[in-house]
Amino acid sequence: MTVWSIIGAGVAGLAVASELVSRGAKVRVFDPGGHPGPHGCSWWAGGMLAPWCEYENAEEPVLRLGQTAIDWWAKRTQIHRRGTLVVANQRDLPDLRRFARRTDGFSEIDGKEISCLEPELHNFGRGLYFDAEAHLDPRQALLDLARQLQEDGVVFHKKRAPAQLDSAIDCRGLHARDHLTDLRGVKGEMLVIRCPDVTLTRPVRLLHPRMPLYIVPRGDGVYMLGATMVESEDSSRITARSMLELLSAAYALNPAFGEAEILEIGVDLRPAFPDNLPRIRRLGRTIFANGLYRHGYLLAPALAMGVADLALNNIHSEMVDEDRT
Amino acid sequence: MKTFYGTALPNPLMLGTAQYPSPAILEQAFRQSGAGVATVSLRREAGAGQTFWQMIRDLNVLVLPNTAGCHTVKEAVTTAHMAREVFDTKWIKLELIGHTDSLQPDVFQLVEAARILTEDGFEVFPYTTDDLIVGERLLSAGCQVLMPWGAPIGSGRGLNNEYALRAMRSEFPDVPLVIDAGIGLPSHAAHAMELGFDAVLLNTAVARAGDPAVMAKAMMQAIAAGQLAHQADPIEARDMAEPSTPVIGKAFLS
Repeated sequence: MTVWSIIGAGVAGLAVASELVSRGAKVRVFDPGGHPGPHGCSWWAGGMLAPWCEYENAEEPVLRLGQTAIDWWAKRTQIHRRGTLVVANQRDLPDLRRFARRTDGFSEIDGKEISCLEPELHNFGRGLYFDAEAHLDPRQALLDLARQLQEDGVVFHKKRAPAQLDSAIDCRGLHARDHLTDLRGVKGEMLVIRCPDVTLTRPVRLLHPRMPLYIVPRGDGVYMLGATMVESEDSSRITARSMLELLSAAYALNPAFGEAEILEIGVDLRPAFPDNLPRIRRLGRTIFANGLYRHGYLLAPALAMGVADLALNNIHSEMVDEDRT
Repeated sequence: MKTFYGTALPNPLMLGTAQYPSPAILEQAFRQSGAGVATVSLRREAGAGQTFWQMIRDLNVLVLPNTAGCHTVKEAVTTAHMAREVFDTKWIKLELIGHTDSLQPDVFQLVEAARILTEDGFEVFPYTTDDLIVGERLLSAGCQVLMPWGAPIGSGRGLNNEYALRAMRSEFPDVPLVIDAGIGLPSHAAHAMELGFDAVLLNTAVARAGDPAVMAKAMMQAIAAGQLAHQADPIEARDMAEPSTPVIGKAFLS
């Protein structure tokens, strides 16, 4: 029986491994970093399963394929089905109207309804509520996947994959640039803060002219604040401007965030193709699955299903590039 | 036709490269618009954005790097030098922000930076207000192009002060003038060209439209229409109707 070698234990690799195992295939995983951790960009993700919100600035497959993610993850890790709240400062209300025009799956709500959903948001008179969206803790999700895979007998090799593998599935993200020349890195910066004084129970997005700013509750007063999008491939550190903008967003949501402790600063590069959509590409004997961009947790399930379709049944789903040599 | 530091533009549209949903859509927008110039921000993408910069070079249009996000002369001068290295061009769109909410140019620092950069051999495209005296100072500082705002950056309000822009056009008949910022709709861009401006620079109106490529095409057509209209010497507006056929001497059949 074929043993599939998954290269890379980020969200793409683990999702592919999990999907293959669920279909009865045998897999093993290679990653020199070992188990999921800060060396992979999916460690720094927001973990929002928000296809309708993302569709505001993304192409149609993100909306359609993203909707499969919530149930896929629910079978594997804890998810929170509490929807997403989108708000804007008074001066940015045109942006809220624009956001509403570009997507659907929401109801328009007023300040009173906002306070009903999130009692500690009282500065906002209008918002959009996407009740079918969900979120998860991305680190817990990765660890859960890794644990389940091990329980299913999958071996994790803490080393580079050998060069000439048959049946390899390369999920190395930006490291796969040595083979995927049209892959680029898009810098993202995020913060993890602790602020027990404020209680928010669902992801809240604050519209901003240049980036989607959001805050995702991680429980116990911990929040993830994200995320910038910069066409840069320098992931060495966060800039003061980015940190100011992230913290200002939290402060605008509730001034009590001014007292938050900063627990972590995350900076990494999202792997992306020119249209910012993921691809499955067969090069020689290796299948590459890459380009999840800012939609790691949202699109990894669809990517994994596409890889499994190709690997096990030779079905070319829509993410499959023309085979290249 | 006026030139920009000796270069004639194939199309009087200068299109920004920020805020598109993806590089693929950016490229489609450029193809649809036929824009002659791509403006690109170095500061926001500072660091090693080599892949993105290569995509801009691959658009095969003239590149006008800008100093967007700079608040001081020193920052702007440093950014300009970096731009010259990255894109191998003397052109620099000089943007010096003076006010956080309106992103209004700080015209005092602008004149100073324009002088420094011109002496350094740069060809400066200054983003300025519609103030005539500032325009004169920029020309004395060595600028050979002026880029007055239509309205604040990203506001999409069109030409806020048509009177001032007309005055600028007639005050500087031989200087290439570009409306930079504030364009929201093709009609705004056409309006600028009808007033006799030599080009239009825009970004948000295309990049943040629901379909950037289609909006880029609409802008291109509007700009062409406005330019033709200006060349055709439009009629004056009047208060009363002017019949297009004579009414006196018609046969009355009642």
